[in-house]
Amino acid sequence: MGNVWEFVEFSLLGLLSGGVLALIGLSFVLVYKGTRAVNFAVGEIMMFGAYMYYAAHVTLKLPPLFAFAVALGLVTLLSILIERAVLRPLAGQPVISVLMATIGLASVLHGFVEAVWGGDTLEVPPLVPRMPLRFAEVVIPGAALGNFAIAAALITGFLLFFHYSRTGIALRATASDPVTASTMGINVRYAQRLTWILAGAVGTMAGVLIGASGGLSPLLASTALSVFAVIILGGMDSVLGVIVASLLIGWLESVVVGYFGGKVRDVLPYLVVLAILVVKPYGLFGSRDIERL
Amino acid sequence: MRIGVFHETYASEERLWDSRTQRIWMAVFALALFALPLYGSDYVLAIACIIGIHIVATLGLNITTGSTGQISLSHAAFMGVGCYTVAWLARWGVPFYIALLAAGALTAVIGVLVGLPSLRVKGLYFAIATLAAQFILTFLFREWVPVTGGVGGITIARPTLFGFEISGDRRMFYLIYFCVFLFAIASANLARTYIGRAFVAVRDRDISAEILGVNLLRFKLLAFATGSFYAGVAGGLIGYFYGAITPDYFSFTLSVFYLAAIIVGGMGRVLGSILGAIFMTFVPELLRAIAHTSSEWLPGIANLLLPMGQVVFGLLIIGFLIFEPHGLSQLWSARVRRLFHLWPFKT
Amino acid sequence: MDMAVASPIVAHVPPAPQVTTAVPRTPGLSLAVEKVDLAFGGIKALRGVSFSAAAGQITAVIGPNGAGKTSVFNTISGFYRPAAGRILLGGDDVTAMPVHARAGKGLARTFQNIALFRGLSVLENIKLGGHHLMKAGVLSAMAYSRAARREELALREEVERRVIDFLEIDHIRHRSVDVLPYGLQKRVELARALAMRPRVLMLDEPVAGMNREETEDMARFILDVQEEWGVTVLLVEHDMGMVMDISSHVVVLNFGEVIASGTPDEVRKHPEVVRAYLGDES
Repeated sequence: MGNVWEFVEFSLLGLLSGGVLALIGLSFVLVYKGTRAVNFAVGEIMMFGAYMYYAAHVTLKLPPLFAFAVALGLVTLLSILIERAVLRPLAGQPVISVLMATIGLASVLHGFVEAVWGGDTLEVPPLVPRMPLRFAEVVIPGAALGNFAIAAALITGFLLFFHYSRTGIALRATASDPVTASTMGINVRYAQRLTWILAGAVGTMAGVLIGASGGLSPLLASTALSVFAVIILGGMDSVLGVIVASLLIGWLESVVVGYFGGKVRDVLPYLVVLAILVVKPYGLFGSRDIERL
Repeated sequence: MRIGVFHETYASEERLWDSRTQRIWMAVFALALFALPLYGSDYVLAIACIIGIHIVATLGLNITTGSTGQISLSHAAFMGVGCYTVAWLARWGVPFYIALLAAGALTAVIGVLVGLPSLRVKGLYFAIATLAAQFILTFLFREWVPVTGGVGGITIARPTLFGFEISGDRRMFYLIYFCVFLFAIASANLARTYIGRAFVAVRDRDISAEILGVNLLRFKLLAFATGSFYAGVAGGLIGYFYGAITPDYFSFTLSVFYLAAIIVGGMGRVLGSILGAIFMTFVPELLRAIAHTSSEWLPGIANLLLPMGQVVFGLLIIGFLIFEPHGLSQLWSARVRRLFHLWPFKT
Repeated sequence: MDMAVASPIVAHVPPAPQVTTAVPRTPGLSLAVEKVDLAFGGIKALRGVSFSAAAGQITAVIGPNGAGKTSVFNTISGFYRPAAGRILLGGDDVTAMPVHARAGKGLARTFQNIALFRGLSVLENIKLGGHHLMKAGVLSAMAYSRAARREELALREEVERRVIDFLEIDHIRHRSVDVLPYGLQKRVELARALAMRPRVLMLDEPVAGMNREETEDMARFILDVQEEWGVTVLLVEHDMGMVMDISSHVVVLNFGEVIASGTPDEVRKHPEVVRAYLGDES
């Protein structure tokens, strides 16, 4: 019966990592809902933010919060650059053009990071206390708990922001109907730019959390591939869907890797993706785009 | 100067090379290509062979993604399938022409399987499915050791024609370019028949295409099967050319490479595939040359080759999408060719 | 053959056909919509809609915006599955038939928002109308075999003679569709529908956004199609003058229901119709 505790441990770990995954998913959904752009590079932007934090904190020896602010600032610059130089010129073109542009973007960011910092894993000082939580026969590393707590707090904060603050409401209005929003006096361009900036910020936070607990390498972007599974399961435009899907996928990955070993980790997100596409292509909560004829 | 081309029949207008000037130039070009192995240097030959293989692969991706709009991020993995198939068949002494056909056919079947989700989902969802296929296939290449030789790779015996071994770049050149001609003409023919038009219709407005009578199921899968067939043959040619291959050749970066090739060259056009493949072949070569010349005062720059390549591929994709979405082939036909036709006039 | 001045841009069409194509006579079929219900989630787009379009005649469907006219078209096309009711084409029940198969039965249509394929020229767009007639396999096409070639040239021949000449668009046949003015785009869309050898032709707002002259041209073309080809025409349109002039039967929709049907004169005077368009006097 020791297996039960093993299962519980795997499950808990999975759920906790799902929390951080939800942050990345939120980053994607923000951009999609806000600007209709499909951001294939969501993982790479997250990775870029994490490396910026590393550069600020470890290389330049700035204190964590300050380093984080610097990272956010740089990612903001990147987001503005992307929105201005890549997405704006492509505004009239078919959807696959934007998708291909973000694929190109992912390649650029990935190559840049690997060129500057190399492919090895870098040590990042932990942000959350390392003390593990023990109960019964279950051991949960403190990092997992801490990351989840921070992620949950951030997500809650974002949701509150979107629902209750003026800017948040303006962003949601722009997302659902840019034309009407602009007639209501909302500066649509700024709103879309802000959406990208927020998405970048959220991604950076996720990247920093993951990097600080597990080490930083260009493979961080592959965590993002789990995010695609999350997006597909939860729907591209549903925040609630993404949260639920993240917990599910985090749990699934942890349990499968726990029982089948590390090699499966590489392929698992893809198998999950294929399984979902076969069974429920638009995910649990997503809405099918209605094309006007 | 090409002053007006007079056609007296629809048949003559529908020809692939519809003017005498074009036909003469094509003949000259074909002759030069035929003679290349006789007077070209080793380096030129090797590059020409690689270009040829890239052209075949790019032609394939241009059918699946360029013409039909199904973004495929698994093209490199498909080439891998073709390569390993050829490796195995060569081991059993199967002649190369059958091995290549079989490689193409098997890859086409796998392509159809990967393309199945396209019937239910579009856009990003579908791109992610192909991404999944890319990584699952390369995982299999690495782990299924008895079949693929795992990470250590596999060797491929040289092709033979009636006991005459096709080894060395000079002979491979003919084999490769025979395939290039075959596949390029096949693609051009597709474009001037209802199948090619249906592909473009599926890409531009698939719902309207369906109402006009296009069976979406059939044509999306056909686009995948055909494009994958090309990829399988290209993979087989790579195997024969190098004689040995490891799984990390068929990486995601290579898929992005081909995506860049169709965007840079021009989506959905045969000339686009050719120009894109040529252009993209020279990008890593150029980077290598830069790394080589600057290695004296920038040691360790060789390590940067791969990531620099990734950066450049991505920038090319973004740049061309923004500034010249129809690619080099558009630059060629709209600007350069017009210049030749109208000279000495300018407009 | 006397060649006076040959234009370098337009292919010179010889007087005698090189490929004899006996285009089969395809007289119009009747179209009937029987008690169709259509709902999107909670919204009922169509409620018990029934009407029929007589073979070889021009029938118009009119109604205020949002009445459900395009929904009817999309249901007939097969894009929407009705929750109840049937669609009958020439007496055959096609309600369950897949969308792409309906072209083979003779159902053709144009779209409210122009749905031309930007990657193809005018000629290629029109040729796409003949898609359902083509039979060559993919290997045959790649080799451009004699069969494939014959098929293609026959299609080209038919499209040029029956459609391009008829709609007077030969001067733009090789142009890219996205540089054409709006009126010509609409005409190309009509041409594409005609290339399908239609037996029932559905036109969704064919003269929307056109000036008086363009509207008259289009009306003339539609009448010619119906008279010379014998095609059944089903028309959705807001231009009342045109509708009343050319249709023999009019169906009026409002809020997803048929509120009147009959000859143009009958419908014009119908109190329900007047109320739907002008609102209550009270």
